[in-house]
Amino acid sequence: MDMKRRDFLKIAGISTIAGIGAPAALQVLLKGEVPASSFASGGAEEETGHGVAAPVGRRYGFVIDTRVFAKDQGLAQKCINACHRIHNVPDFRNKKDEIKWIWETGYANAFTSKSHNLRSDEVHHRKYMVLCNHCDNPPCVRACPTKATFKRPDGIVAMDYHRCIGCRFCMAACPYGSRSFNWRDPRGKDDKTGRYFIERKHLNKDFPTRMRGVVEKCNLCVERLAKGKMPKCVEEAGNSGAMIFGDLNDPHSEIRKVLASTFTIQRKPELGTKPSIFYIV
Amino acid sequence: MLEKALVGSSRYKVWMAFLLALMGIGGLSYIQQYNYGLGYTGMSRDVSWGVYIAQFTFLVGVAASGVMVVLPYYLHNYKVFGKITILGEFLAVASVSMCLMFIMVDLGQPLRALNVLLHPTPHSILFWDMIVLNVYLFLNIFVGWVVLTANKKEMPPPKWIKPFIYISIPWAVSIHTVTAFLYAGLPGRHFWLTAILAPRFLASAFAAGPALLILLCLVIKRVSKFDAGQEAIQKLVTIIAYAALINVFFVLLEFFTSYYSNIPGHMDTLNYLFFGLRGHHQLVPWMWTSVVLGISAIVMLLVPYFKLKEGFLALACVMIFFSLWIDKGIGLVIGGFVPNPLEEITPYYLTFGEVLITLGIWATGFFILTVLYKIALAVREEELIV
Repeated sequence: MDMKRRDFLKIAGISTIAGIGAPAALQVLLKGEVPASSFASGGAEEETGHGVAAPVGRRYGFVIDTRVFAKDQGLAQKCINACHRIHNVPDFRNKKDEIKWIWETGYANAFTSKSHNLRSDEVHHRKYMVLCNHCDNPPCVRACPTKATFKRPDGIVAMDYHRCIGCRFCMAACPYGSRSFNWRDPRGKDDKTGRYFIERKHLNKDFPTRMRGVVEKCNLCVERLAKGKMPKCVEEAGNSGAMIFGDLNDPHSEIRKVLASTFTIQRKPELGTKPSIFYIV
Repeated sequence: MLEKALVGSSRYKVWMAFLLALMGIGGLSYIQQYNYGLGYTGMSRDVSWGVYIAQFTFLVGVAASGVMVVLPYYLHNYKVFGKITILGEFLAVASVSMCLMFIMVDLGQPLRALNVLLHPTPHSILFWDMIVLNVYLFLNIFVGWVVLTANKKEMPPPKWIKPFIYISIPWAVSIHTVTAFLYAGLPGRHFWLTAILAPRFLASAFAAGPALLILLCLVIKRVSKFDAGQEAIQKLVTIIAYAALINVFFVLLEFFTSYYSNIPGHMDTLNYLFFGLRGHHQLVPWMWTSVVLGISAIVMLLVPYFKLKEGFLALACVMIFFSLWIDKGIGLVIGGFVPNPLEEITPYYLTFGEVLITLGIWATGFFILTVLYKIALAVREEELIV
């Protein structure tokens, strides 16, 4: 035999270590921060990649009733303005530098894989509220090289503005176009008109402004949830029933009752990101 | 050996002064961008990577192509490439340096770049890209320098350098594969979501890189006593022609998959790039220029009449290089963002400042390249004279 016993043991040892370590490493690589259990866990619904998350702890989500928004024309804009105001989202008044957390778009833009040519005129012309989907399996978190964007245990995909290096890989990774970048200083003002990008009278001193060169997006009002308040857009929509917010993992929550009794759709479920925003059309 | 870069003919000095001037202009523009933010560029919410990342992607290929001379020489003992391996290695050094600079100027918060190391994130491909690029840079500087030092002392290169050379071969493939993975693993970006992105990257790189190497060899032949030799050049021509043909084949495969499947998302970007989409034709002239240049260059590289005449050969190399630069440096990156995930079309237009910064980095790359080549040639010329 050519191979010495010592060499054999070395190789055997190394391959054992590799064998133990490799699957774990592969999981980290493939799945981002999703715990290993979700890979193997059963349940037909989970396995399709379209369903609700496995019921562990709190899991926040929305149902957006687009019929209510269609009836009350000004409501959506009211929610958008309120969100942007309390989060100090700058308004640059040009498309190139634009930052938005929540906005309205057409049916075919929101539901690119569900557009068909014979939909009703009403559905076709209606506007749909879109925002970060706070995915269960967020591609942006997988892409971020510094963990500046991360998934919290309650399902909120959050941003650490101080960690972000501004590589914008998360923007390339997000299949919903939900992320914005501070192309210029949001705290500054227009050179020509002297207008502040964040109106002084609306400046919310309880929420940070951002600096240039970082990514930002809807944070599901994590700062309000911490104080036991509802997300701002939900609060603005009030009792209209346009936005239902709650714990997707609580079988007795209002949102689960709505989901159980009404047909809802998600944006791009085929990508396996498991969005937590559901739409009633 | 560095001192050899300080002396040179007046032509050499004028060239270096020219590069330094471009570097200075680029540097000043970068200071402006640094103070204003990336809004200085033409990028937007929808097209969030632009010319910088496109240059980076293209140049990773040029860097990886160094393997096309290193591999035949060291693995197959193809002696004809012996004289130009060092040129291939140093071209890789200059290219990777440009890549790293393009990444730095593309960061919104460059001072935080070290966060990638402070918070290592193995599930991010960018983390791995950073590792493979830096290791490749190190390998090429190290191997090039050790071999050249041995040359200077008229000794054979030390044996212990061999493992580093052997590692550098698969490593070259890895840098371009990992760079392709940056794009290929993203859901919802139909244009990039293709399993042959990495092979496509490699094929186009193995054409563009050696084309640049031939051009450099032809220039060097005029300004120094160094001649790479007809056989080495013609072998490179063969490599370029085959790699470019394979690249064309791969691109046609993308067309087949998209158009035969008839899935709108997969056709949209190809339509946008080559035929225009919903009234938007911004990149159509560029892409067809790339097609025409690429096909003509391949023909020229295959026909003996053209490929054996230095003038035509140089022209063909310029054409193929420019063709692939458009394909990868413009079409691939911008195309991935258009249409955006909401199927809206936002065109991307370069700003003047962005162009100056880009030129500045290219000039820096050529500056590094010139210094390294000057040293390498000085050592080799001594060898020839002595």
